Amino acid sequence: MAFIEAKKVNAYYGTHHVLTDISLDIKLNSVTAFIGPSGCGKSTFLRMLNRMNDYIEGFSSTGEILIDDKNIYKKSVHVEELRQKVGMVFQKPNPFPKSIFDNVAYGLNLRGIKEKKILDERVEKSLKQAALWSEVKDKLNKSAFSLSGGQQQRLCIARTLAVKPSIILMDEPAASLDPISTSKIEELIAELKEEYTIVIVTHNMQQAARVSDKTGFFYLGELIEYDKTKDLFTSPKEKKTENYITGRFG
Amino acid sequence: MSIIEPELTALKDNLLDMINLVIGQIERSKDAIDKVDVKLAEEIMEDEKKINNQELSIDRDCENVLALHTPVAIDLRFVLSALRISNDLERIGDNTNGLAKFVKQNSKEINKKLLEEFKLKEMLDILSSMLVGMRQALKDEDSALAKETLKKNMLFDEFNKKALKTAEAILKEQSTNPKIILRLFSIVRALERSGALAKNIGEEIVFYVEAEVLKHYKKPEKE
Repeated sequence: MAFIEAKKVNAYYGTHHVLTDISLDIKLNSVTAFIGPSGCGKSTFLRMLNRMNDYIEGFSSTGEILIDDKNIYKKSVHVEELRQKVGMVFQKPNPFPKSIFDNVAYGLNLRGIKEKKILDERVEKSLKQAALWSEVKDKLNKSAFSLSGGQQQRLCIARTLAVKPSIILMDEPAASLDPISTSKIEELIAELKEEYTIVIVTHNMQQAARVSDKTGFFYLGELIEYDKTKDLFTSPKEKKTENYITGRFG
Repeated sequence: MSIIEPELTALKDNLLDMINLVIGQIERSKDAIDKVDVKLAEEIMEDEKKINNQELSIDRDCENVLALHTPVAIDLRFVLSALRISNDLERIGDNTNGLAKFVKQNSKEINKKLLEEFKLKEMLDILSSMLVGMRQALKDEDSALAKETLKKNMLFDEFNKKALKTAEAILKEQSTNPKIILRLFSIVRALERSGALAKNIGEEIVFYVEAEVLKHYKKPEKE
């Protein structure tokens, strides 16, 4: 059964039509990758899943996006609650100028959780889930900026996990990382899939092939093909997909 | 042009060269058995080394493309098919080499008439025409031609059955050294296997072009 369901989603920046009739289903506890050339609409669609585009002036959309059967674009939806449920990791690690501990506890503090025992437990659990605990457990009070780029990105993942989302959106999470850090993020995605539903945008097609169960290829605002990753990368049904993944256009 | 294309084009050229080598070997085998020509048989045996070297070269090309370009979709299917096709061609080359060895080693005991009775030339004709068809299908990415050509494999079954009867009949006559008859029969079996390998090549071309797997496919039985 679909955990996330998009029905004929269209999106506009002002009069510019950036997404056309996007319909797709995403299963619970799966990894879905969106690929496509720059400007194809994949990040716009990703950001629609937690209404991040609401901040952009002139942005509007039609169609429905259901998460757990609830339309997230209904007026009654509390956007902050939605974003707790649907966390996001960005391309560049963006830790706050705070300690490692405070970065992870940030979302919890915002939600009024102050009890030290709970905070300690949640921070430790989140850092363990983000495969960072063993590297930082002895320096939790040090600045987040003392960490390497790869560690900072895992810290941001830990920060996202701390507020217990059910969906994690990742917008090119390894784009600025070296191969070792990239590999750690990919291993992490595979582990997190057990508990979370993950949607990732990536320009790295090998990464999409390695980490995802299903892949969607976006081109000029349309979802050209959406299929099991192993099928899309071995025998795509659409010529446009084949041309893109084999590097013949884009 | 994508960066992988020159590599794939070179790989395809190497594969077409290998098919040409094997077709050339088969064509000369027809002459060798027609004239019981030992010198020609020796040349065919030399060809086998070239075919083996070509297989190694294709293996290396495929390794390089896989390691350096991580191909996907039709590119990946082509590299996988190239690996398997070159292996099939090498085995066809081995079988033809076996025929040449037989001619060389038994030239004094065999004659044109005996070879004709086992229909070796006809089998080589079909094998050669299959590979010519496959060469064209590969060159043009023509899966319909590959599918049509691979059907010729069925013709080998008849030759095999007839060869058994022919062998039995000649053995009863006791006019020829039984060892020669048994060797000839094994050559017919090897040529039949070459037909199956040529069919595999057709299946690989279909896989490469259409992503359709024909290997081990059996038509469902009618109820």
